[in-house]
Amino acid sequence: MGSKLIILLVIILGVLAIAQLVRVNELTAKQTGKREEEIPHRDNIFNSRMMLLFMILLYVGFIWLMIKYGFVDLGPAATAHGQDIDWLLNLNFVIIVAIFFLTNTLLFVFAWKYVKKPGAKAFYYPHNNKLEMIWTVIPAAVLAVIIILGLRTWNDITTTADDESVKIEVFSYQFGWTARYSGMDNELGRFDYKLTTPQNPYAIMTRANIDSALNRMMVGSPGQEGIEMIENKLNDPSIVLPRDERNALRQELGRKERMARHLQAMSATYNDSLDDLANNDIIVEDSLVLLKGQHYALSFRSKDVIHSAYFPHFRVQMNTVPGMTTHFKFQPLYSTDDMKEKLNNEDFEYILMCNKICGGSHYKMKMEVQVLEPEEYLNWQKAHKTYDGSDWLNFSESERAEKEAELLKKYQTIAARVEEK
Amino acid sequence: MAAVAQESNHGHDHHEESFVSKYIFSQDHKMIGKQFLMTAIFMGLVAMMLSVFFRIQLGWPGESSDFLNVFLGDRWAPDGILNQDMYLGLVTIHGTIMVFFVLTGGLSGTFSNLLIPLQIGARDMASGLLNMISYWLFAISSIIMLVSLFVESGPAMSGWTVYPPLSALPQAVSGSGMGMTLWLTSMTIFIASSLIGSLNYIVTVINLRTKGMKMTRMPLTIWAFFVTAILGVLSFPVLLSAALLLLMDRTMGTSFYLSDIVVGGEMLDNVGGSPILYQHLFWFLGHPEVYIVLLPALGLSSEIISTNARKPIFGYRAMIGSILAIGFLSFIVWGHHMFVTGMNPFLGSVFVFTTLLIAIPSAVKVFNYITTLWKGTIVYTPGMLFAIGLVSTFITGGVTGIILADSALDISVHDTYFVVAHFHVVMGLSAIFGMFAGIYHWFPKMFGKLMSNRLGYIHFWITIICGYGVFLPMHFVGLGGAPRRYYDYSVYEGFNPTSAEMMMDLNVIISIFAIIGAFGQVVFFFNFFYSIFRGQKSPQNPWKSNTLEWTTPVKHVHGNWPGELPTVHRWPYDYSKPGMDEDFIPQTTPLMEGEEEH
Repeated sequence: MGSKLIILLVIILGVLAIAQLVRVNELTAKQTGKREEEIPHRDNIFNSRMMLLFMILLYVGFIWLMIKYGFVDLGPAATAHGQDIDWLLNLNFVIIVAIFFLTNTLLFVFAWKYVKKPGAKAFYYPHNNKLEMIWTVIPAAVLAVIIILGLRTWNDITTTADDESVKIEVFSYQFGWTARYSGMDNELGRFDYKLTTPQNPYAIMTRANIDSALNRMMVGSPGQEGIEMIENKLNDPSIVLPRDERNALRQELGRKERMARHLQAMSATYNDSLDDLANNDIIVEDSLVLLKGQHYALSFRSKDVIHSAYFPHFRVQMNTVPGMTTHFKFQPLYSTDDMKEKLNNEDFEYILMCNKICGGSHYKMKMEVQVLEPEEYLNWQKAHKTYDGSDWLNFSESERAEKEAELLKKYQTIAARVEEK
Repeated sequence: MAAVAQESNHGHDHHEESFVSKYIFSQDHKMIGKQFLMTAIFMGLVAMMLSVFFRIQLGWPGESSDFLNVFLGDRWAPDGILNQDMYLGLVTIHGTIMVFFVLTGGLSGTFSNLLIPLQIGARDMASGLLNMISYWLFAISSIIMLVSLFVESGPAMSGWTVYPPLSALPQAVSGSGMGMTLWLTSMTIFIASSLIGSLNYIVTVINLRTKGMKMTRMPLTIWAFFVTAILGVLSFPVLLSAALLLLMDRTMGTSFYLSDIVVGGEMLDNVGGSPILYQHLFWFLGHPEVYIVLLPALGLSSEIISTNARKPIFGYRAMIGSILAIGFLSFIVWGHHMFVTGMNPFLGSVFVFTTLLIAIPSAVKVFNYITTLWKGTIVYTPGMLFAIGLVSTFITGGVTGIILADSALDISVHDTYFVVAHFHVVMGLSAIFGMFAGIYHWFPKMFGKLMSNRLGYIHFWITIICGYGVFLPMHFVGLGGAPRRYYDYSVYEGFNPTSAEMMMDLNVIISIFAIIGAFGQVVFFFNFFYSIFRGQKSPQNPWKSNTLEWTTPVKHVHGNWPGELPTVHRWPYDYSKPGMDEDFIPQTTPLMEGEEEH
C-alpha cells in the first residue's frame, strides 16, 4: 500500500512541477513580450547543436552495442546453408550500416549547419532532375545485387531434399515437441488426425490404430462416451434429460457419427502393407538428436494451433500448420561438442524453440537438440526402440558386430565430409 | 457543381448552434478532426500504459511490482507479478490500439479531416453526415476495444494479427473467448468507420478543390491523404471479409481456416480449411496498412520541413511519384510476412523482388527531404524537430527492412525481436513523430492557441532519445535469436548462458528507456491541454506558411472562409523565391508578370 501511495505522489508531483515551470515561462514571456510563434535565435541554435550532439550520441550507442553484443552471442551458423545465410547477412549489414551512417549524417549535419541565421535567406532550389535520377538509379543498382544474391541463396535452401537425406518428422503441440525418425527404411508412416487417441497421441496410421479409434468412437473409452452409449441415452424413455442437454448430446452424436463414417472409409481403403512404414519409425519425446554431417529432410506437423520450429543456431525456421505439412532441409556441421569448443562455453546446447504465438506457455515450448559424433550417435540409436517395439538397429545376433561396424564407418564418412569443408 | 451547391448552402447557415451539435454530433470537419485527435490521444495513452506493464515484466521478470498490482488487480497481476496469459493480452491490445486506433484512426482521421477541406479550399467535407458517422463508429469501436480489456476471460491474446486457429479456439487460450469476439466486433465497426471516412476524403479531394487548385498544386499532405484513403478503400474490405470468416469459424462451425485440429483433448471435425488463407487475407490489408500509417506522417512532415526550412520541398513531382509508387507497390508485397509459413518458395521469390522495390521510392523521399534542408534557413519549431526526427527513424527503420525483405535472411530473423525493432522504428516511431509534428504545427489552426515551445523541445528530446534507446538495442536482442511475444527469457539459460545474460542486460536497458519515455509524454499531455485553455492566442499565420488553411480566420467559422472561397494561383512551396520581398508567397497570390511557376 505504501508504495502505491508513493507512485501516485510521484505522478502528481511531476505534473505540478511541469505546471510551475510553465507558469514561470508564461510570466517571463508576458514581461518580455515573447511570442511562441517567433522562435528566438537562441532556441534555434540550441536545437541545432542538440541535433549534432544527438547524432554523436546515436552513433556512440550504436557502436557500443555493435562491439558488445553484435553477432557474437549466437555463434557461427552450425549448418551448411546457415553459413551462406550468415555471409549474406553480413554483406547486407555492411550495406545498410553504411546507408544508416551516410544518410543520418547528412540529415543531422544539415540540420545543424543550416539553422536560420539572422538575415540569411534560403536557397530556392525546387528540383534537379539529374540529382533525382542519381538517387533513383544508385539504390536500384544496389538492390539488384541484393535481390540476385538473396534469391540464389533462397533457391538453394528451398529446393527439394535429395533421397539421401534422412527424414524426420517434428510434431508440435501446446506446449511441446516430439520427433519421429523414419527408421531403417527412411520412410515415415502415414498419419491422420482422426486417429488421435490417448494411446496414439501422434495420430499414426496403422491397421490397429484405425480399429482402436473406430472402436473408441463406437463403444467409447474411459471418460469418453461412444456412439452406442449416447444413442442408448437418447432413446431410453426412462432417462429424462433437460432440453439443452439433450440438444448437446444430439450434436455430439452427429459429430461422432461423421467421424465414425470417415474412419470406416479409412478402414475400408487402408492397405495393410502400409503398417510397415509406421512400425519401424522411432518416436523420441525428450530431444532431437542428429548426426553431424548428415543431410536431413525435416517435415513439420501441428496438432492444434500454428507453431513455428525455430532452431536459431541452425538458421532454420519453419511454421508448423495444422492440416498442412511443411518442410525444411539442412545439414548440421558442428556437433554439440564442437560448438562448446567454438563458443568456449561448457554449458552450450542447441535448442528448438517455438516462434509463433501459441498460448500462455508459448515461451516455455522448447526442446533440446543434440548433434552427435558418429560413435555417440550409434550408441544413442542402440538405446531406442521402434514403434512396434523392436530395436532400432534390428540386427540378428550373428551379424550385429559386423553391421554396426559398417554403420559406424558410414557415419564416420558422413562426419568426415564436414571436416573436409 | 458540388462546390457551388455547398457554397450557397453555407451562405445562410450561420445560426447559433447548441452544445450538442457543436461539440458532440458535429458535422463540421474541423470539430470532427479534433474529436478524432482527442480519442486517439486517449487511446494512445492506454496503449502506452499497456506497453509499460509488459516492459516491467520483460525487464524484471518474476519480480513483484506494486505498480502492476494497482492497475491490473489480483486477477491479472497476483502478488504484483504479471500473469502469462495477460502478458499476451497486453501485447495484443497494445499492438491493435497503436496500429489501428492511434496511427490509422488518429493520424488519418485527425489530419485528413482537418486539412483536406482547408488545404484544397473547400467549405467542408463532401458529406458532413458521413463524416460524423465515421467518427462515431470510430468512437464506438474504441469503447468496445477498451471494454474487451475488462472481460473475465481476458482480452484477445493471439497477437494483433490474431492468426487462427489460436484466435478461433477458446480451448487454446482464454482470450479467444469473449475477448476475441469483442475484438472482432470492434474491428468490424472500425473498418466501417475507416471506409466511410476514406470514401469521403477521396470524393472531397476529387470534387471540391477550389478554383486554380490543380492536382499538381496540391500540398503533399493532401497527396498523401488522398493515396492513403485509396489504399484504405481497397484493402480494408479484405480485412473485413477475413474477420467475418473468422467470426463464422468461431460461431457457425464453418471451416475456412480450420483443419485437422485436436485441442484440449477434443477432436474438432473441421476439415479442409487453411490457416494460411487467413494470413493471406490479413496481410493483404496488413501491408498496405503500414503505408496507411506512414504516408500521412510523411505528408505532414513534407509540409512542415518545407515551411520551416523556408525552402520549397525538393522534387515536388518526384515526391508525388514516390507516394503513388509506394501506394501501388504496397499491394503486391504482403507475402513477405509469410516467408516461413510453408508458402511456395517461388511465390516467396516474387515477394522478395516486389518488396525490395519499395526501397527505391523510399530512398527518393529520404534524399529529397535531406536536400530540402540543404542550404535552408531552418527554424526550430517543435513540429520541425519531430519532422526531422521522422526522417531519421524512417531511414534507420527502413534499412533493416532490406534484411527482412530478403527471404533467405528472414529465415534467421523472422518473428524475432529484430522484426519488432524494425517495425517499431519505421512505422511506430516515424508515424508517431509525424503525428506529433502535425499536432504542434496545426495546433494553432485547431484551437487558435499556441503550444509552449520550450515544453515541446523537452518533449521531443526525451521522446527521440528514449525511442532510439528502446528500439536500437532491441535489434541486437533479435539478432541474438530472441523470439517475440515471449513472457520470460529464462528459457535461454539452459542452452546458452551468454545469450541469456545479454538478453537480460539489454531488456533492462530497453525497459528503463521505455518507462522514462512513457512518462516523458506527460510533458506533451500537459502542454496540449494547458495550451488549449491558457496558451497564447495565435495569429492568423503563425509559421508564415503558404497553404490555404492559414488564410482562414483564427476563430473557426462554418464553411471555413467567411466570404468567397480563395483562388489558387501557384504551388504551395514558394518559399524564399528570389526577387521577392517576403520569404513566403501564399498560394492565393497571383503570379507576377513574367514569373515562372516553379
